[in-house]
Amino acid sequence: MAQKNRKAGPSGKAPLADDVDAVVRGVVEKYGGEKRAIIQILQDLQERLRWLAPETLEAAARELDVPGAHVYSVATFYKSFSLEPRGRHLCTVCMGTACHVRGGTAILEHFERKLGIRAGETSPNREYTLERVNCLGACALAPLAVVDGRYHGQMTENKADQVLGKLLGTSE
Amino acid sequence: MPTYRTHLLVCAGTGCVSCGAFAFKEALEKEIARRGIGDEVLVVATGCNGFCERGPILMVHPDGIFYQRLAVEDVPLLVEEHLFKGRPVRKLMYVPPAAGAPIPKMADIEFFKHQRLIVLRNRGRIDPEKIEEYIAYDGYEAAAKALAGMTPEAVVAEISAAGLRGRGGAGFPTGRKWDLCRRQPSAPKYLICNGDEGDPGAFMDRSVLEADPHAILEGMMIGAKAIGAIRGFIYIRDEYPLAVSRVGIALEQAREMGLLGKDILGTGFDFDLEIVRGAGAFVSGEETALIASIEGQRAYPRQRPPYPAQHGLWGQPTVINNVETWANVPSIIRRGSAWFSSLGTETSKGTKIFSLVGKINNTGLVEVPMGIRLRDIVFAIGGGIPKGREFKAVQIGGPSGGCIPKELLDLPIDYESLTQAGAMMGSGGMIVMDEDTCMVDIALYFLRFTQEESCGKCSPCRIGTRQMAEILARITAGEGSLEDIKKLEALALTVKQGSLCGLGQTAPNPVLSTLRYFRNEYLAHIVDRTCPARVCKNLITYFIDPGKCVGCLLCLKSCPVKAISGERKKVHVIDQAACIKCGACLNACPAKIQAVMKTTGEEARALVGEIPAGTGP
Repeated sequence: MAQKNRKAGPSGKAPLADDVDAVVRGVVEKYGGEKRAIIQILQDLQERLRWLAPETLEAAARELDVPGAHVYSVATFYKSFSLEPRGRHLCTVCMGTACHVRGGTAILEHFERKLGIRAGETSPNREYTLERVNCLGACALAPLAVVDGRYHGQMTENKADQVLGKLLGTSE
Repeated sequence: MPTYRTHLLVCAGTGCVSCGAFAFKEALEKEIARRGIGDEVLVVATGCNGFCERGPILMVHPDGIFYQRLAVEDVPLLVEEHLFKGRPVRKLMYVPPAAGAPIPKMADIEFFKHQRLIVLRNRGRIDPEKIEEYIAYDGYEAAAKALAGMTPEAVVAEISAAGLRGRGGAGFPTGRKWDLCRRQPSAPKYLICNGDEGDPGAFMDRSVLEADPHAILEGMMIGAKAIGAIRGFIYIRDEYPLAVSRVGIALEQAREMGLLGKDILGTGFDFDLEIVRGAGAFVSGEETALIASIEGQRAYPRQRPPYPAQHGLWGQPTVINNVETWANVPSIIRRGSAWFSSLGTETSKGTKIFSLVGKINNTGLVEVPMGIRLRDIVFAIGGGIPKGREFKAVQIGGPSGGCIPKELLDLPIDYESLTQAGAMMGSGGMIVMDEDTCMVDIALYFLRFTQEESCGKCSPCRIGTRQMAEILARITAGEGSLEDIKKLEALALTVKQGSLCGLGQTAPNPVLSTLRYFRNEYLAHIVDRTCPARVCKNLITYFIDPGKCVGCLLCLKSCPVKAISGERKKVHVIDQAACIKCGACLNACPAKIQAVMKTTGEEARALVGEIPAGTGP
């Protein structure tokens, strides 16, 4: 589906630690080893590995021949990057202005209650991650939530229950 | 090439897609094949039509019939009636909010009628993934003209004469920027398209990138000729995967056709483009920060001058323009500066795309001539406020902008008038607010946004936005003092004057403009401990009217914290100590009962009337 959110990557299996070096090497090669491509490289790595583990960042620094501090400075600056493990399912609630005036905050709070985690957190069993985003640019659909890459517009508490019900039911 | 009697143009913008446009398109194609008219009728997926509220959308060409809110179940009827019997299906047409008869033709619908399309001229009529369709509508004609028949000076002169100004925020004259860069002796030079559309509530750049990517490519080719650039970068927000994919396809097709790369169109001119994805930092929309981001650094802005046109990417002269600005360029070169500058006002030429969202009937993207009155956008095009509520304000310009109250509805919109009114053109996000929107809460919303997005490089922005957000939070919690308003105004001035980049310099605007036009709402929160719009949780109370409650258990079941007690057919009561004020009970209570009430301090409300409204500085 064209709307697949690249950040979600729910189906991507996390490779074993030994494979991380190989994955990093492959991605760095794709960008011709160019140091300026570090943001794109980290994005590709996160897509493949679901999050950026310390060993991933260190491998990227080695392959690009830049100080580890530089890789960390970039990885910690941009919001797209997660330096903590993320859940198998990603729920994102839009907090853009249009969503805000149409009650997006209540929707986010509803997700927080239903999943038992706060925005920005991952459930202890690593099944769900809940995130807030500053605007997805689909303001006509406000309030908006995205679950595993699928957009759900004109959200209400009831609709959220339906969407989450499916998720909570299938994730076991 | 086969000719088709009818084209069915299915909108495939993000809005329609998330409402099921692809499933609808698939069903439509199947039905057409099943009925054996596959060689007469062609189904095309187009870019965003802008009327996102009504998705999925279908336009029938050449009849001009507009269908909306379509579902897979509508397909057999639509095919049978419209395609076989030639009878347009009235029940799938648009009915205006004020009721009345369905309107068959797109051109007759108010939402579309007042628009003037330059940037969005191809919206809804071409498949953005096919370069041939762009070319069929005069695409790349302007690039050919510039590359083969114009000198760089002539191109710059044409853009200057047109009066085109940057569509991303501050409105700097594009021609002047190009000219400055053209005159730099240093080489190589670069071009950048700023597609890091971060303003919450604005999505015109996403729509242009998705609906007509070749217009941006062509604009950049012309820009490359003007300044002598050899390479360009299109920086796109990470949150726009569909835009990244469509621009990627456009680049490949342009290269295959020899429109990018070496010796373009045999003119000896070399130019190529690549996509750079952003990574979710609002500040990277600032031009110097964006350049740092392309270089693989943290997106920190830097002091200007020197301007990027002198000292930009890797220290080389660089022109950086916003998506909408680039997409204006081909039309100007093709049709001439005189044509372009005949539209708009004295200082602001051409058109501007606005995203009309929030409490408005016709949500979507509209392209209108500069100088149009706010009233025409909100009421004629936007169809007014839903549910009979009253218009309160429009927030224009995102976190850098401000709120325009109803007294200024007749304001002709251009760069200068908006700045004077305390708002800003910004990227053109228009968030409509009604009486249920709390202006202090909106100010807090934006300050929390800028505080979170401040990169932290300079202290006025880093610390100032935080302090302002904390004061606003205090006021919305009903714990503010009159002293807080003075502090807010003083801080706003410091942050405006002391910040390094546009993010900080404009961050106080939402506070200043709400203080200017809605000071009475601040006073209500502070003096009366009342939130007139009933939004701020600390100041509102949910209450079940015992005279109306029928004991249906719906609210009781909906309460996430079990704060409601009662039994079937007995009056329910909310435990105020346990209530988290989520409003679930209010939503659950049936419309014909309306027993749940949202209230704010009774005696406080009486006082609100005594405070004179609009006592701005």
